[in-house]
Amino acid sequence: MSHRYIGASVVRREDPRLLTGRGRFVDDLELPGMLHMAVCRSPYAHARLRAVHLEAARQSEGVVAAWSYADIADISRPFPMFLSHPALKAKMYEALARDVVRYAGEPVAVVAAQDRYLAEDALQRIVVDYEPLPAVASLAQALAPGAPCVHPDVPDNVAAHFAQSVGDVAQAFAGADYVHELELRMQRGCGHPIETRAAVAQYDPFEETLTLWATIQAPHRMRRALAALLDLPPQRVRVIAPDVGGGFGPKAQLHPEYVLVALLALRLRRPVKYTEDRLEHFLATSQEREQLHRVQVAFNRDGTLVGLRDTMYIDVGAYTPAGVITPLITQTTIPGTYRLPHLHLETYVTFSNRVPMTVVRGAGRSQAVFVMNRVVDHVARTLNLDPAEVRLRNFIPREAFPYDVGLLYRDGKPMIYDSGDYTACLHKALEIFDYPAMRREQEAARRQGRYVGLGMATFVEGGGLGPYEGAVVRVEPGSGRVVVHSGAGTQGQGHETVLAQIAAEVLDVDLAQVEVRTGDTAGLAHGMGTFGSRVAVLGGNAVYVAAQQVRAKALRLAASLLQVPPEEVGWENGRAFVKREPARGYHLGELAHVADIGMGFGMAAPHPEWEPALEATHYFKAERATYASGVHLVAVEVDVETGQVRVLRYVVVDDCGRVLNPLLMRGQVLGGVCQGISEVLYEELVYDEEGQLLTGTFMDYHLPTAMEMPAVEVDHVETPSPLNPLGSKGAGESGTIPAQAALVSAIEDALAPLGVRLYEFPLGPRRLWELIQQARSA
Amino acid sequence: MKPPRFDYYDPHSLDEALALLARYGPEAKVLAGGQSLMPLLNMRLVAPAALVDLNRLPDLAYVRVTPAGLALGALARQRQVERAEAVVQGWPLLAAALRYVGYPQIRTRGTVGGSLAHADPAAELPAVMLALEARLVLSSQRGRRTLPAAAFFLAPLTTALAPDELLCEVQLPPLPPRTGHSFQEVSRVWGAFALVGAAALVTLDDAGRCQQARLALTGVGPVPQRASAVEAALAGEPLDAERLRQAAALVEQDLNPESDVHASAAYRRHLARVLAQRTLQAAWRRAQEAQKA
Amino acid sequence: MNPQQQRVVSVIVNGREYTGTVPTRKTLADFLRQDLRLTGTHVGCEHGVCGACTVLLDGQPVRACLLLAVQAHGARLETVEGLAAADGTLHPLQQAFQQCHALQCGFCTPGLLMTLKAFLQENPAPTAEEVREAIAGHLCRCTGYLHIIAAALQAAAQLRGERA
Repeated sequence: MSHRYIGASVVRREDPRLLTGRGRFVDDLELPGMLHMAVCRSPYAHARLRAVHLEAARQSEGVVAAWSYADIADISRPFPMFLSHPALKAKMYEALARDVVRYAGEPVAVVAAQDRYLAEDALQRIVVDYEPLPAVASLAQALAPGAPCVHPDVPDNVAAHFAQSVGDVAQAFAGADYVHELELRMQRGCGHPIETRAAVAQYDPFEETLTLWATIQAPHRMRRALAALLDLPPQRVRVIAPDVGGGFGPKAQLHPEYVLVALLALRLRRPVKYTEDRLEHFLATSQEREQLHRVQVAFNRDGTLVGLRDTMYIDVGAYTPAGVITPLITQTTIPGTYRLPHLHLETYVTFSNRVPMTVVRGAGRSQAVFVMNRVVDHVARTLNLDPAEVRLRNFIPREAFPYDVGLLYRDGKPMIYDSGDYTACLHKALEIFDYPAMRREQEAARRQGRYVGLGMATFVEGGGLGPYEGAVVRVEPGSGRVVVHSGAGTQGQGHETVLAQIAAEVLDVDLAQVEVRTGDTAGLAHGMGTFGSRVAVLGGNAVYVAAQQVRAKALRLAASLLQVPPEEVGWENGRAFVKREPARGYHLGELAHVADIGMGFGMAAPHPEWEPALEATHYFKAERATYASGVHLVAVEVDVETGQVRVLRYVVVDDCGRVLNPLLMRGQVLGGVCQGISEVLYEELVYDEEGQLLTGTFMDYHLPTAMEMPAVEVDHVETPSPLNPLGSKGAGESGTIPAQAALVSAIEDALAPLGVRLYEFPLGPRRLWELIQQARSA
Repeated sequence: MKPPRFDYYDPHSLDEALALLARYGPEAKVLAGGQSLMPLLNMRLVAPAALVDLNRLPDLAYVRVTPAGLALGALARQRQVERAEAVVQGWPLLAAALRYVGYPQIRTRGTVGGSLAHADPAAELPAVMLALEARLVLSSQRGRRTLPAAAFFLAPLTTALAPDELLCEVQLPPLPPRTGHSFQEVSRVWGAFALVGAAALVTLDDAGRCQQARLALTGVGPVPQRASAVEAALAGEPLDAERLRQAAALVEQDLNPESDVHASAAYRRHLARVLAQRTLQAAWRRAQEAQKA
Repeated sequence: MNPQQQRVVSVIVNGREYTGTVPTRKTLADFLRQDLRLTGTHVGCEHGVCGACTVLLDGQPVRACLLLAVQAHGARLETVEGLAAADGTLHPLQQAFQQCHALQCGFCTPGLLMTLKAFLQENPAPTAEEVREAIAGHLCRCTGYLHIIAAALQAAAQLRGERA
């Protein structure tokens, strides 16, 4: 084999167009006669809609349509949920609010006008008569006695309650040296891709087809939902995700605006564009992260963990578009890298009057990893043991894989860790970090009155989630160009490059000969999408298997044309040849040509075993999730006078199975780390007691800049997954997942001389300063 | 996020601009750099009947050394001022503080005068102008008047500018020899508004005592403030780190900050003290260097 | 036509002259994207923080979302579409961005390239810290910035004629 690409740091093929301004983002699309949609949103977190007056808006310059619920009542219905769960009291929104609005920003009316400026003018002329209702503005408020109800038929605001147990927690607790209780909290955050959500819908009455171009992660899911909501056969709906300017989770969700833009296009018979602006993104794009965990941990004098009880409360906002995916992930991610023979995990999912919670990069894992690593640090501090040592004492050992945790994961399958070597990861990280030397430096710094701390976090990430992802690998007759279609869209991860690497290596052709198309439901009949760190696993292996099928087909065809047994046919450089007579052979393009039109007399096939079409479609099915793992080690210095934190060093050792492209992998890790750090130090979604967002611009909600991002050292341990031929595991979220825990661990360590204990994030300078003051005055 | 409709004017002379302001009064907004006004327009938080764009006015983009000090025209861009050799040499506090105003791409367009006229209570430049004892020249069809910076800022986003007046020039008197400066702020990320910012100037006499100390703060109240108690405690005194620390602690006397989503009043007050100490210390060190030189 | 609400605007973009009639309230970013169909300039926040819309106005980086199109009348603009050579050869910055994997989704990239183009002209031999400050006015959610800093330094070296 002369073309080796899998595992190589190939530069990206999507870059030239993105670097020259020739990217194809949805807002770049301009269609003749296109209208522009703007959405009238509720200013109240909770209110009854008494009346929506649209007359003035309809007369506003350039307006073609202005609708409230009454105008879509004939077709409107609650949106379908992505995944249901028996414990869930599902509540779904409709495209426009019917009679009650349940979060500030919920769509109440919609306008289509000749341009966005005119559409916004019309919005200002819409008059809505609201009757404000008391709102549930936080998780704590949802649980408070006598709290208002988000949904009248759910009086306790509990959307779901479910639990899982392993072993016998009560008995374990009775026999342990220590049982301690901790309470941990995380606040809401959001994804904030730099490209906001956007969609263009066009209905072609000639083709009787609705086409939606949208900045989304999961085109096939969108098609299913649109077909169901608009009473269209799925084959009459085409969804295309062209270049997407970052996803991070929320773009995998079905938001009302996509249905509105499609409905307007259907009914007005004109193309309609909607581009969310940043203020709307803050209000109306789904968020994540707010949780409260009440933990009891039992441990022995030697630092071994014996058992753990965690009662967790997870805010889901006003509706349940993503069901209990995130709560399930959090619940099952708690044990992580640690042997915990006795576990009881109980989850309450609660409503609030805020934009729905779905997923943001990490999707419930960061919170669980935060909880468990804070617990382990707590044990270490209690026993005056080194936190690395306590981790090593409690790791699941390498020999134990596959390791059955005893829980059911969010895919409904037993949580069996496929492979891993947590001890090797931590040792490697400690070595890169030069942990003993860093501890000595910390001591020296403390003697100078500086607050330097070292922290760490380990994690396991269930990724590569099913049920499947598909690929078509097709060889063009004549040219021999290989076209790969994948259902999973790309938001910058580099799928066009990585999937091409796989196909090119299997078919032994030059990378330039492969073209990858993603994110178009016309390319592939079925698909799921890009989320849950699944594309390298499912999409990658689908391409791998399909490409192998094409190669096998090509070999069979070549053998029959060359009239030799298949085992005598060799394959190199995309060419089949007779092994003992290498000059006799056929290129891929020639074989594809034969497979395309046949070569027999007249229209007859050349041989009885001739198979048409040199292509293969393969849907790679996930037997169960793959479990990536890793460790982050951080050194920080805290300015105790201002509460500001500076990251001095950051080391990542990641095990995502076989690395397909180290350069791109590093890119994923760095971006993930930046996001995780940011959730602790910079980003804060603050709501007031009436459910109004107080940090709704980039002037109030801070994303880190290049000035904040520390240097990061990245290395790998590779334990290939036995569950798929490539041996890959998910990599897209692992940078984020343990970052919050590692960073807070380091900050707490820095402040140890003051006795500050940290069981929450975010920890902006004000909050950290307050905690320092509290510790000092205690 | 698209601006509402307005009547746009780009006058080509100052008289024309002042006539427009006289005609529209409070219904007009002046567009200089636009780096604060344009976001407000995009968010439709303001909806002026008329926008009077100063950018086509000739000869207002000057940075000029005069016998009375430094004169900055209404259209002097922040980036231009930050890099002007006269500013770096003679008013280094201003150059230092400008680095904290937004980002280079904002400062390319943003003007010093525009930032002052906008009067955001968390902005850097208003406090710097207090420390530099700037004088602001306001023009209208009714005539010209000059105000000290201390009399200019009245409330958040509110200044002494009458609706028909334009801030035409900022004048900075020269700084005495043996003066050191420092500007520092605490913000959530680089380029964000300050939670609290401090601008300090320390001038030493021949004997190395503090001839004069000036300290101005932003983010600690509705308008930027001079810390008069701190300044009084240092004037005429020999300096050392401890005295600076004690004087800085007096800053809290003069302040009555409010709590908001970004910082509590207590935290702001505390930051004011920390930054007062740090900037005074740094300014003193620079003054000592200047004295040696 | 009310001249206060509608104006003819002429600009030179990437060396080519364009003229169009625009509402005076239209931003330069929307004018470039919608009227001139130069969609390489992106819009990310419309309040001046994210930097995606950064273009060069008479050689200096500015936010196209915080300027009215009418204000650019008579100006010389540069956008990402004009960065590569006429024959398609990528600018050293573009090459370095690809080699260093300094972009993922590519949405913030055009603005960053324009800022860096102007920055490296002023400061051909920057330190990493200077690059950080120069690009602090750009939000990138994908990369964590480190590869962008590396790419800027590599491009600077190449532009200075050194081997990267």
